[in-house]
Amino acid sequence: MIKVALAGNPNCGKTTLFNGLTGSTAHVGNWPGVTVDKKEGVYKKGSEPIDIVDLPGIYSLSPYTPEEVISRNFIIDEKPDCVINLVDATNLERNLYLTTQILEMDVPVVVALNMMDVLDKNKDKIDVELLSKNLGVPVVPISALKEDNLKQLMEVVTQYAKTPRKGSSILINTSVGPIIKKVKESLDKNGLDNSLFHAVKLVEEDSIEKNNHPREYQLVVEAKGDIKDSVFGNDFEAIIADNRYKYIQNHYSIALTKHKEANIDEKTGKKKRFANETKSDRIDRVLTNRFLGLIIFVVILFFIFHFTFGEDLFYLNAMGVFGDSEYAIAAGTPWEGIIFAGGTGIQSPGVFLQTCLVGFTDWITELVGTGMSSAGASNWAQALVCDGLLAGVFSVLSFLPQILLLFLFFSILEDTGYMARVAFILDRIFRRFGVSGRAFMPMIMGFGCSVPAMTNTRTLATEKERIATIRVIPFFSCSAKLPILTACAGAIITMFNVSNADIITLGMYFTGIVVAIIAILVMRNTTLRGETPPFIMELPAYHWPKFSSLMLHVWDKCKHFIKKAFTIILVSNIIIWFLQSFTPDWQYIEYADGEFLGSFTTDDSILAQIGKVIQPLFTPLGFGSQLGQFGWVFAVGAITGLIAKENVIATFGMLGAALSAAGAVDPSTLPSTIASIEGASDVGLMVAATGINVPGILAFIVFNMTTIPCFAAVATAKAELKKGTLKGTLLFWIVTSYIASSIFYIVGTWWWTVFIYLGIAILAIVLIYLINKKKDQNAKILKA
Amino acid sequence: MEKTLDTFKVGEKGIIVAVNGEGVTRRRLFDMGVTPGASVFLRKKAPLGDPIEVTIRNYELTLRKSEAKNVVMKVEGE
Repeated sequence: MIKVALAGNPNCGKTTLFNGLTGSTAHVGNWPGVTVDKKEGVYKKGSEPIDIVDLPGIYSLSPYTPEEVISRNFIIDEKPDCVINLVDATNLERNLYLTTQILEMDVPVVVALNMMDVLDKNKDKIDVELLSKNLGVPVVPISALKEDNLKQLMEVVTQYAKTPRKGSSILINTSVGPIIKKVKESLDKNGLDNSLFHAVKLVEEDSIEKNNHPREYQLVVEAKGDIKDSVFGNDFEAIIADNRYKYIQNHYSIALTKHKEANIDEKTGKKKRFANETKSDRIDRVLTNRFLGLIIFVVILFFIFHFTFGEDLFYLNAMGVFGDSEYAIAAGTPWEGIIFAGGTGIQSPGVFLQTCLVGFTDWITELVGTGMSSAGASNWAQALVCDGLLAGVFSVLSFLPQILLLFLFFSILEDTGYMARVAFILDRIFRRFGVSGRAFMPMIMGFGCSVPAMTNTRTLATEKERIATIRVIPFFSCSAKLPILTACAGAIITMFNVSNADIITLGMYFTGIVVAIIAILVMRNTTLRGETPPFIMELPAYHWPKFSSLMLHVWDKCKHFIKKAFTIILVSNIIIWFLQSFTPDWQYIEYADGEFLGSFTTDDSILAQIGKVIQPLFTPLGFGSQLGQFGWVFAVGAITGLIAKENVIATFGMLGAALSAAGAVDPSTLPSTIASIEGASDVGLMVAATGINVPGILAFIVFNMTTIPCFAAVATAKAELKKGTLKGTLLFWIVTSYIASSIFYIVGTWWWTVFIYLGIAILAIVLIYLINKKKDQNAKILKA
Repeated sequence: MEKTLDTFKVGEKGIIVAVNGEGVTRRRLFDMGVTPGASVFLRKKAPLGDPIEVTIRNYELTLRKSEAKNVVMKVEGE
């Protein structure tokens, strides 16, 4: 089978072409060692099947980004039969810059000239034959979006893939030509493939080549004395880049004839008011407007979240349109509770889909339960399947609709070109923290769900920036952590008669953001130190995304999530279920409908024993040994929260029943107002049983917000992080949550300790500053 | 008159004279077509004044002022 690589700039329509050629045969994997998507598929419509590998979008074959290194290594090592170089015809000069480098490799190349439809619309013309003659390889004009001429392209590829080609360089007749020839000859003696490419890169002082061919690099160093360019002296990197662009202008760009009267209004014959202005420019004038830009961005963000998580889509409930009665217009119909949320508002599509899915999975669980009991299965086996296996997987799957919608919105923003503008608008703010404006979107998505947020860090430029961003994403409190917040806040206001619940909730969200900022600052100055990555990027023209491409993309992402739910998450869930449902001597703890049926309660479970052992660890956080006999409940809540954060309050519910049954606490002593707030009475029982103070509860919230996130997020982090960095990340989450919540407890209980913390912080800042200064000096000395 | 790109005002045009700096940033500038002789038009600045957006080689490029400082320009019309 012919193997073909697809190469080209970002935003030149490569994904569209790839999808158009391979259709349903495409599958997405990872390039080994890095988290860059590797797409592979088969073209079947030609005389023989062609295997197509989509290389990452790149501007150059420099050694600086993983995408560029992947691409050059693939062509050099895997030796595809042909490279299709996709070139955006509306942006010839910059696109052909990559072409001049690919042409230096020993591989057949076919240039596919994309966006011919746009070019025709602008009435611009390209002399394809002239371009093909000057490039020395076939050029096929296509439109990936309209799927024009794809068949012809693949015919040319099939035919051309069988003729071997030697690399050629436009640099041979320039001032660096002689030294390139000399290095190439030396490399040829070793029988090296792609010798011309290696030679050019060596002269360019490419770091990868310098390490691989130190002997030939000596030749380059020697030549530095002999060759002097009139403008650049012996700066070879600059000479080569300059010559490439000059050659493109003189030999290739001449193939393009621009429509002369583009700026003239066709009706009036007068010059247009905004000469040269495209549709994209007009959109941009509004979206990145100096005054409106930030506001529009906030509005778009609000709509995305409202659409995904809102329970009152049109604010009908808030406005009291249907009065007070629940499900006013749907009462008694099957729509009750599905379209209409808790009150009388209409649910957003995200919540609607989630309700449907949960209804469906509950039905399956029930069906399996009844099936098993009528088949005579024992109670514990039934509970293992229903409560352990199914409930665990389904609780993770219940987030799928909202994750899917978030992915979809994010993809739309990315594909239309708006995401690049968001980075443009926000870079100034984020640079202060050592990350680029691109890091903002994944972080803000963390408020919805960490899973899509972590996956979308792939747009970040450097590995260090990605690690730092992935680590702080859980601190942006996700939708599953909200119940912890509202339940705990509810318990605080009713049981301690303190301030407004909204202030506590908002304050906790804000705390998460502050912790994230501090953590990023600390990481970027210590373990993940490195220059702020360059922010030199293209702002692609706005365009409508293609529906089929969007769906393919979203489906790929969801597939990964579902796979994880049924593997790593499933196993973890079963383990926790076991710990929770059995006593240390393997007696099953029966629990149904909020009551314990046997003589054991959760108090006797293995998990409770573990909780009692680790209880002292939480003493500095206010929910440890100082709480006495039942203080372990908070430790257990924190452990079950690892599966999914909504388990924390659910666990409190179970423990509350256990404690009441044991006579440790009496539910009737709780204030009557507590029942109106969801989950608050569960927390209230814990408070009554343990006598925890307010700073302790706050510390517990902060701990859950900043510690190791749910299994789904950990699994995603594992997939997205470079191998071996997951351990450090888990440690980072534990340490951060420990520090943050201990501050809440200790300062909240003994206010004067704030000075001790301030002292430590100042000391740490001074130390980091001094150490970094020393490091910089050493680096300078080394360089000199 | 020669000045660096970061001091350009919105709407100013010029020709690149030299690209200073070193390492990744400089190479990235070259790769994106920021080479001597190319003409540059400053389209706009971000709402907070930085980064800037320029038209070069018929496409839109954004870069920070700290990076634009490396690009020495000859202002057009002088």
